Amino acid sequence: MREPDAQRPPVVAAQPPAVELVDASLAYGARTLWAGLTLSVERGEFVAVLGPNGSGKTSLLKVLLGLVPVSTGTVAVAGSPVHRGNPRVGYIPQHRGLNAQIPLRARDLVRLGIDGHRWGPAWPSRSRNRLVDELLDQVGASSYANVPVSRLSGGEQQRLRVAHALATDPAVLLCDEPLLSLDLRHQRSVVELIRRRQRDHGTAVVFVTHEINPILSVTDRVLYITHGAFRLGSVDEVMTSEVLSELYSAEVEVIRRGRQLIVVGADDDHSHHVIDDVEGEAVS
Amino acid sequence: MSGHVMGLVAGLVNGQVPGVVSDVSWHDLFNFSDYGQLVPLVHDSLIAGAVLGVLGGVIGVLVITRDLPFAVHGISELSFAGAAAALLLGVSVVPGSLAGSVLAALVIGLLGNRARDRNSVIGVLMPFGLGLGILFLALYKGRAANKFGLLTGQIVAVDSTNLRALVVTAVLVLVVLMVIWRPLMFASVDTEVAAARGVPIRLLGPVFMVLLGCVVALSVQIVGALLVLALLVTPAAAALRVTASPVLVVVLSVVFATTASVGGIFVALGTAIPISPYVTTISFLIYLGCRLVGWLKARRAGSVRLAPVGLDPEPTSA
Repeated sequence: MREPDAQRPPVVAAQPPAVELVDASLAYGARTLWAGLTLSVERGEFVAVLGPNGSGKTSLLKVLLGLVPVSTGTVAVAGSPVHRGNPRVGYIPQHRGLNAQIPLRARDLVRLGIDGHRWGPAWPSRSRNRLVDELLDQVGASSYANVPVSRLSGGEQQRLRVAHALATDPAVLLCDEPLLSLDLRHQRSVVELIRRRQRDHGTAVVFVTHEINPILSVTDRVLYITHGAFRLGSVDEVMTSEVLSELYSAEVEVIRRGRQLIVVGADDDHSHHVIDDVEGEAVS
Repeated sequence: MSGHVMGLVAGLVNGQVPGVVSDVSWHDLFNFSDYGQLVPLVHDSLIAGAVLGVLGGVIGVLVITRDLPFAVHGISELSFAGAAAALLLGVSVVPGSLAGSVLAALVIGLLGNRARDRNSVIGVLMPFGLGLGILFLALYKGRAANKFGLLTGQIVAVDSTNLRALVVTAVLVLVVLMVIWRPLMFASVDTEVAAARGVPIRLLGPVFMVLLGCVVALSVQIVGALLVLALLVTPAAAALRVTASPVLVVVLSVVFATTASVGGIFVALGTAIPISPYVTTISFLIYLGCRLVGWLKARRAGSVRLAPVGLDPEPTSA
């Protein structure tokens, strides 16, 4: 599937970075979301991507998923150019209640993460069943493996999505607001699952969020994108009043309170463009 | 034999669909006395019913999963318009209804990509289709029974040419469904994740709508445009009430749909009433039964299932 003239990655490199963007830019028509972005995410690194709505955070993930091409520059995942359906990439979307009328149990949903993209009927396979059990175990979902997904809570469904994302043994996990509309307890457990994967398998994490506090303790670096500008660095380097004021070209104050960061003045409202799509969702 | 089970007597069956049955007694309505001789006469219809049962049962599972019951209704009404146009033009009704419903399915699929848009698109298309259909029928000067049959079904009139076309189409649709089932299910359940995993969601949607259009058009032949939901939605909805196993749900849905279609023909054989009310009634009774079973199952499971289990405590940072 790779273009013939595409550069081949070195055969045995000393672990290429999980994600590598070189001088990349993304523009839709005349509107440039970001430009000159050079980012190398190492194995086992946790990068939080923050910024106001419409700044191109989700688009960055789409680029890494191979769904949207960059306008300029190069993008590679685990040493090879990005392409659709790359098994080295795991994707965890924000939680949306699953349709109540779907003929799937928890284990069936996880199984789709393994071979759901394949054509033709799914023949029974013992090794696949074992992998499903393993994945369910990894996310602590074994106890409800055979429960219809429609009867699971939002947090439980989100754990299955984590299992889904881990199914192909990814080199990088791309998370798009996976904590949105989860309660605090489930937020913590989802972060912990992602964290555990990162620690045990050296999986890199790119975590798009508008709320850094739930992941403050696990974040290695922050990529803060505002309209047209971005800043990359450690939490302490980026999450300061000076840097954010500059990014927003407005007075922004970052207040540290214990283990929490409070950002005042950024137009990072908590309304999200897809939040109104969460319909008919049983939030208890 | 089954006549005694029904406990009803007398009537007629001659392969036609009577329009009005107000002046007849129960005696005329039901007659199972020469039932045994009638069955061979409807041999083709029974096969058609079984094929449609299988087809409706299979595709119904995806109709429910993709939240398309209303679309099925809309498509069937456009299918009716197509069939009425064919009747007026003096050509075969099947290609007419096929054209109408595939067109409607594609329009609904393309214009109504989001669930909310879709319902209004259907709501707009449906009366238009129905109006067109009525216009064509008004202009049509042929037998009234033909008109009525488009809305309520006329499977008894199925001939061997139609049957062959039906079986071929059904096999084609089933083969395509088998090939795209997994990615389509994936895309229906979690679109974003499926897209991320490389499932061509933009291609699968329209492909499915075309298949759905074909199945609707064929089903219109048996239950008529108004009652297609009884074969394409009710059986799958019933199956989903009692199981969430992806395999069992298809099996049950097929069994239910076939029971309704074939059973409906068998019962209708001894009566003067069109087949569709029997199909819809059997279908509905199965659904009620499944709701009851599902409710009992949920009650039992509810007491077994504990609150969501938390992760075993493992501190994030030391």
